[in-house]
Amino acid sequence: MLSFILYKLLVCIIIFAISLGVAAYSTLWERKFAAFLQDRVGPDRAGPKGILQPLADGGKMFFKEEIIPNVSNRFLFILGPSLFMLTALMTGTVIPWGKDFTTAAGNTYSFQITDINIGVLYLLGVVSIGVYGIMIGGWASNNKYALLGAIRASSQMISYEIAMGISIIALIVTSGGTLSLREIVESQDEGVANIVWQPLGFLIFFVCALAETNRAPFDLPECEAELVGGYHTEYSSMKLGLFLFAEYINMFISSAIMSAFYFGGYNFPFAKELYHAIGLQEGSIWISLIGFGAFFTKIIIFINVFMWVRWTLPRFRYDQLMNLGWKVLLPLSLLNLGITIVVEYFRGNIHF
Amino acid sequence: MQLTNRSKIVSDKHQTAMEKLYLPAVLKGMSITISHLFKRTPTTKYPEQKRPMSGVYRGQHVLKRDENGAERCTACGLCAVACPAEAITMESAERKKGEEHLYREEKYAKTYEINMLRCIFCGLCEEACPKEAIFLTDRIVDAEYERDDFVYGKDKLVEKMDKRIDVTKRQTLAVAQFKQIAGTKHNTLWNGKQIKGKH
Repeated sequence: MLSFILYKLLVCIIIFAISLGVAAYSTLWERKFAAFLQDRVGPDRAGPKGILQPLADGGKMFFKEEIIPNVSNRFLFILGPSLFMLTALMTGTVIPWGKDFTTAAGNTYSFQITDINIGVLYLLGVVSIGVYGIMIGGWASNNKYALLGAIRASSQMISYEIAMGISIIALIVTSGGTLSLREIVESQDEGVANIVWQPLGFLIFFVCALAETNRAPFDLPECEAELVGGYHTEYSSMKLGLFLFAEYINMFISSAIMSAFYFGGYNFPFAKELYHAIGLQEGSIWISLIGFGAFFTKIIIFINVFMWVRWTLPRFRYDQLMNLGWKVLLPLSLLNLGITIVVEYFRGNIHF
Repeated sequence: MQLTNRSKIVSDKHQTAMEKLYLPAVLKGMSITISHLFKRTPTTKYPEQKRPMSGVYRGQHVLKRDENGAERCTACGLCAVACPAEAITMESAERKKGEEHLYREEKYAKTYEINMLRCIFCGLCEEACPKEAIFLTDRIVDAEYERDDFVYGKDKLVEKMDKRIDVTKRQTLAVAQFKQIAGTKHNTLWNGKQIKGKH
């Protein structure tokens, strides 16, 4: 029992560290990638090739003056970014990072913090709480721009959550009616990844993920041309850092969710043949690690796609955003759900 | 009535179904941006790399000494007259006995100041100079904290004996001959050699 708790603690710490590390280096890579797409060099002064830039940025954030406006609600003002960061980190708990492995003593350990059987619902729930972080932060600032940004953020997230939820329902139908993330990933073990059965669903999910993480072209909440700084106008120092940083963690987690849902997570083509060729036994830790590597590669690719989209597309207008969410994505996701149910019925995966 | 052929017919036709999908346009845009990932950046990483400068770049001035180390400037004031920005001021003084190794001629500039904030680096001062004394160089004027520090005196302008400044690229034969024709017998040296021609 103690070893179980210690192991889970270790996994928690590792995933926490990976989330923060990836988010930190996403900030650097975002700038580098933008620079490459614009024929520039990007930050390259801090350390060799600029790899110490995230540390420099973080250090700068820590030493900035901390301003809490007099007219703000002090408790909620601090609660906002904390909640946003907390929910961003909480979503990582149900993601299966690799296959289970068995030690020589016969104990089985999993590369996941917890595999709850309603993992998908948990994800949606935690992501929804994330809206409160922005909403509370924007409202507690007692600034009309912050409030407008927060209202935009929350209405945008709520609108896109519907289409996202329906596309996830279609995905669950495809992967055999399970709400556990591990089982969704395992269902793609044999045969093909879900993207083959859910191309439209993936597209809807991807667009919604962009909107949920407040990334361009849906970064209306922090539209500086209209709203000064959006919901974090009044924030400074590390509280602002938390808001910006949580966005990158959200990006990392949503990339992980997309690769788990639609691209087979830690599975990859010809995995069994590869393990057989190397001579790895079922349950070896190396299989788990190789699977984790494959999963991580997919996540990195998705993070790059997120950035690629950001540095290509201009920002939406707010009415266009709402039109897309309610008049295009919602009907499309319903259509996708209908088609999925019909297809799965004829494939024999649905029994009444 | 049509005046020119430049008017365009404006179309307000609705988007086609393909255009309404947006995805082809989005993908086209993304293919354009990703193609720039493989292009060379034109950036020069400045402090480490420097772009080559022209041999006749007009930067910070220098007051030349002659081959014996005596200052060539005689404080005639032609540069100050030529200067369109009125950046140059000077005071002249008479050479005393025993200073022949310091100043080439009987008159010299006691003070010589160029205000680098006024200077437009046009190069008219070096063109006006009959003594081949002032030249612009390829050095960049440094940034300063105070405006007063931009007024460069003789301490900064006159070239140091141990750090002579090469101006041969701008002091071409053609320039030297042109100045000679302008009629001064002192400008008979070009790169230390005697120029042949009428005086």
